[in-house]
Amino acid sequence: MKFIQNIFDATRPAVTTGKLKPLYPLHNALETMMFVPNHNAHSGAHVRDAIDLKRTMVTVIFALVPALIFGIFNGGYQHYKAIGELANASGWAQFFTLDNFLFGAWKIVPMIAVTYMAGLGVEIYFAGRNRHPVNEGFLVSGLLIPMTMPIDMPLWMVAISTIFAVLIGKEVFGGTGMNLLNPALTARAFAFFAYPAYMSGDKVWINTTVEAGQSVVDGFSGATALGQYATTGTTSFGVWDAFLGLIPGSIGETSTILILLGGVYLIATGIGSWKIMAGSLLGAIVMGLLFNWAAPHMVTEAQQNFLSIPFYYHLVFGSWAFATVFMATDPVSAAHTERGKWIYGFLVGFLGILIRVFNPAYPEGMMLAILFMNVMAPLIDHYVVNANIQKRLKRAKA
Amino acid sequence: MSTEKPAKEALFSKKNRSLLTDPLNVNNPITVQVLGICSALAITVKLKPAIVMGLSVLVVTIMANLITSLMRNMIPNRIRIIVQLVVVAALVILVDQVLKAFVYDVSKQLSVFVGLIITNCIIMGRIEAFSLGNTPWKSVLDGFGNGAAYGGILIIVAFFRELLGNGTLMDYPVVEWMGLYDLGYKNNGMMLLPPMALIVVALIIWVQRAKTPSLIEKD
Repeated sequence: MKFIQNIFDATRPAVTTGKLKPLYPLHNALETMMFVPNHNAHSGAHVRDAIDLKRTMVTVIFALVPALIFGIFNGGYQHYKAIGELANASGWAQFFTLDNFLFGAWKIVPMIAVTYMAGLGVEIYFAGRNRHPVNEGFLVSGLLIPMTMPIDMPLWMVAISTIFAVLIGKEVFGGTGMNLLNPALTARAFAFFAYPAYMSGDKVWINTTVEAGQSVVDGFSGATALGQYATTGTTSFGVWDAFLGLIPGSIGETSTILILLGGVYLIATGIGSWKIMAGSLLGAIVMGLLFNWAAPHMVTEAQQNFLSIPFYYHLVFGSWAFATVFMATDPVSAAHTERGKWIYGFLVGFLGILIRVFNPAYPEGMMLAILFMNVMAPLIDHYVVNANIQKRLKRAKA
Repeated sequence: MSTEKPAKEALFSKKNRSLLTDPLNVNNPITVQVLGICSALAITVKLKPAIVMGLSVLVVTIMANLITSLMRNMIPNRIRIIVQLVVVAALVILVDQVLKAFVYDVSKQLSVFVGLIITNCIIMGRIEAFSLGNTPWKSVLDGFGNGAAYGGILIIVAFFRELLGNGTLMDYPVVEWMGLYDLGYKNNGMMLLPPMALIVVALIIWVQRAKTPSLIEKD
């Protein structure tokens, strides 16, 4: 470790006073990533928490890793399943194969690399321009963005979406900590509206490129579970499979159980707000039950079927779990007051399921629900704070 | 911008020139005063309607400013808004008829937005703020400056929206001609949606403020 420190020490003069000054943010970012920064308090008494922004972000990355690894395996698994060349084994031995992993990694690792390059490029440019250190906020966004994309997303689209999100979603508001919207979801929303053919429909969730001698199996459909529900009112995927994650979908969203594992880790370390997650769970359940009640009153049979599915189906199919655990809990764009977190979380789940079922264009709504609630979060906070002030004023008068 | 040679010093004195050039930059009706945004969203999907719209507004602002300036000493203060509306509405109807006669297809694309020039706050704003209190020649310059500035922003926004959203310019398939589709390039559907017009305008504002420090408010 000493020799790494030596490298940083040797290059420091060049970037602080020397010619390479514009590269200082990069130097600083790499150094604080490797070593705990030696920031000292200059005046008065300070209590410094050991967990700074960078440690916070790394904790979220750890929470994401299980779902990401699973997503990589699943990318290969769905591909080989579609062309009928799964490994000749049963159960998990069919899933955790080297082939599956390599195929998924071949698709997903470049996406992650492109996202980080594009996003950090913008961040470093602005850090150099405005003379502040590179913020760590993008560490998590850079991993979240590819995990919300379909596996076949062209890399240049990923790059453009990322640049748009960092620029319009974050830098124009003043960078990390100032953004109104969740940057990762901004990227996804941009990609979704800009290139709908690559972000929705039946063709994008499973890679079906075939080489000579291969062909897609008979009766193959690339639709996701929710896609099937929206068109036919039923699905061919089992709830248990969906809970484990053996279904097509965006890279990171399929495995509910591993996402929950990440969620438990986030709650245990105090990084993610359990109130938001619980609120979202409650909202989704309430909406699911309301749908069950409303189902007989629907006109078309497909809609009756879609509305009458048990509420817990909504929790395992689609992106409810991923969005709730990793997107809604973004500490910057969520509500900040404790009571506000309950309201915010509840409405995320409630609206997410509502949009999912009634959106005529696309059978998923968590992204739009969270972005909508991001915009509403300051309003919620405002009223929660005001209510508290009113309450205390009343008590003071009495 | 101020390249026109002053034919007579009185006509294009420095003050008069600034009437013409100020709206183009430091007092731009769209990017600084943030007026006329609604039509900037609606008709900038393609370049051709945007140009026609820009020209129409240019004609209406010049003529409306001129006419109200000529009448400025005769208009009773209490009913001035009604008089202004009558002037603008008459001009807009004229423009609408001309468009229908000569560029019918564009006129159909612009549909209701030609009629809505009447309510364009830039025009009413210039009449209220300028031509009611200034001589006809100055009012014409002011109207020209503001109309051109409005049209200019419209054309910039429409240029990016049509190029990136449709891959064409003036309906000419530029992107196909450059062969980008063969490389896997796809048009950006979001550019065709109204929010993107706002974002493009916002980016223009960003660039303009970065170039013109005098526009940046002090905290």
